[in-house]
Amino acid sequence: MSNRRVVVTGLGTINPLGNNVSDTWDSLLTGISGIDHITAFDTSDLPVTFAGEVKDFDANEYMGKQNARKLDRSGHLSIYATEKALRDAKLDGQERLGSNVGIVFGTGIGGIGATENAVRTYDEKGHSRVNPLAITQLMPNSSTGQVAIKFGIEGPSLTITTACAASANAIGEAKNLIENGIVDIVVAGGTESGTTPMTIAAFSQIRALSTENDSPKEACKPFDKNRDGFVMAEGSTVLIMESEESAKNRGVEIYGYVTGYGSTTDAHHITAPAEGGIGAVKAMEKAIDDAEISSSDIDYINAHGTSTPANDKNETEAIKTVLGEKSYEVVISSTKSMTGHLLGGGGAFESMASVLSIKHGKVAPTINLNTPDEECDLNYTPNNAVDLDINTAMSNSFGFGGHNAVLIFSKN
Amino acid sequence: MEITEVFDKVKKLFVDELGIEDSKVTMESKLEEDLEIDSLGIVEVVMAFEDEFNIEIDDEELTDVRTVGEAVNLLHSKL
Repeated sequence: MSNRRVVVTGLGTINPLGNNVSDTWDSLLTGISGIDHITAFDTSDLPVTFAGEVKDFDANEYMGKQNARKLDRSGHLSIYATEKALRDAKLDGQERLGSNVGIVFGTGIGGIGATENAVRTYDEKGHSRVNPLAITQLMPNSSTGQVAIKFGIEGPSLTITTACAASANAIGEAKNLIENGIVDIVVAGGTESGTTPMTIAAFSQIRALSTENDSPKEACKPFDKNRDGFVMAEGSTVLIMESEESAKNRGVEIYGYVTGYGSTTDAHHITAPAEGGIGAVKAMEKAIDDAEISSSDIDYINAHGTSTPANDKNETEAIKTVLGEKSYEVVISSTKSMTGHLLGGGGAFESMASVLSIKHGKVAPTINLNTPDEECDLNYTPNNAVDLDINTAMSNSFGFGGHNAVLIFSKN
Repeated sequence: MEITEVFDKVKKLFVDELGIEDSKVTMESKLEEDLEIDSLGIVEVVMAFEDEFNIEIDDEELTDVRTVGEAVNLLHSKL
């Protein structure tokens, strides 16, 4: 491990549970679902009609119509979450953040909504009416670039697209940038706003989504025997990551430390996890090694816990392999039960949840977990939050493509 | 069409389509400096003009257009 330690000094988020950190945390602890019937478009022809949507957010009002028009919704959410995180870290005073600040952002499918709109225009009106802003809205690095422009981030910028592991990878790579002395501060996080008619149709075709259209709030039930798929969601979450020295010099509050990062690839199947979650096992082990701890030191695991039959079973097996006997004691929960699956924005959201769990000594529950599954027999914190003194938390993220990213956060 | 009528239509497009503040749009306002229409935005403006006035505008015709007034005059000459 490098001798430069990495801390979290700012958090910002906009997601189906709330448009700031404190509302989000309250909802998580109360066990409220942010999932509901889709309002953004007509779902009457679709097999799935619900998702986790961001509420009470008008991009035109927030940044002005002239600016809002230039970005896809995933970009609007990114700017919003970053602004809040920078303010939280007391970095909002300067016009430009400069070259000692980098940005690493994750997204699964970037501006897919902009892509669909442009294709529709092309089909209906021909090439000469395609939106000239389409490319800059749809490219996966659009949010990274727009956030950098808005806040004058001149250090390294990276965009990571490892599907549902993207923003966990982003935080891990940000940790590397700081540990290696490339920059002192990194804006790290992720964004997604990919709930569109086409993506719902396509995810439905591979039977990945829950189809409980009549009870959206109960649909996402990670580790429950009756789980039937994940629920799409949108949102952006940003962590301001910083060298410990820089944070102390600036005299800002430290939420916690980012101490471990493990990244592996299944190299097995484009959607299905490898048998026994072996890629996940290796990622967890690498993260534990990186943090220079032992698996028995882990107090809390914020699981990937998507509510798909395959993930939850394989993740459970993987946790058992890594933690052994301790796996029956460790406290686990899936906050996706409340947010839905933020895809490329999920790892950052769940890192925030992990950091807040450490700070407040509380674990958010896995809601809708009512029917035990013999293949998922660990302690997933069903339905009610618990108090827990946490020194070390682990956050798992796995993505289509076979990408596994595991992060470890510590109190000290 | 009178030149004032062209201006009114152009102004409406800028406000409604591009979200530019009403009071900023005058015959004298500079597209890039005052209205913050960049090289990407100008393509949208041209598309909007073409649709609104049912004309075609070549890229070369835009070389000398830097203000709202110059755009209005160009459009007026093509109607």
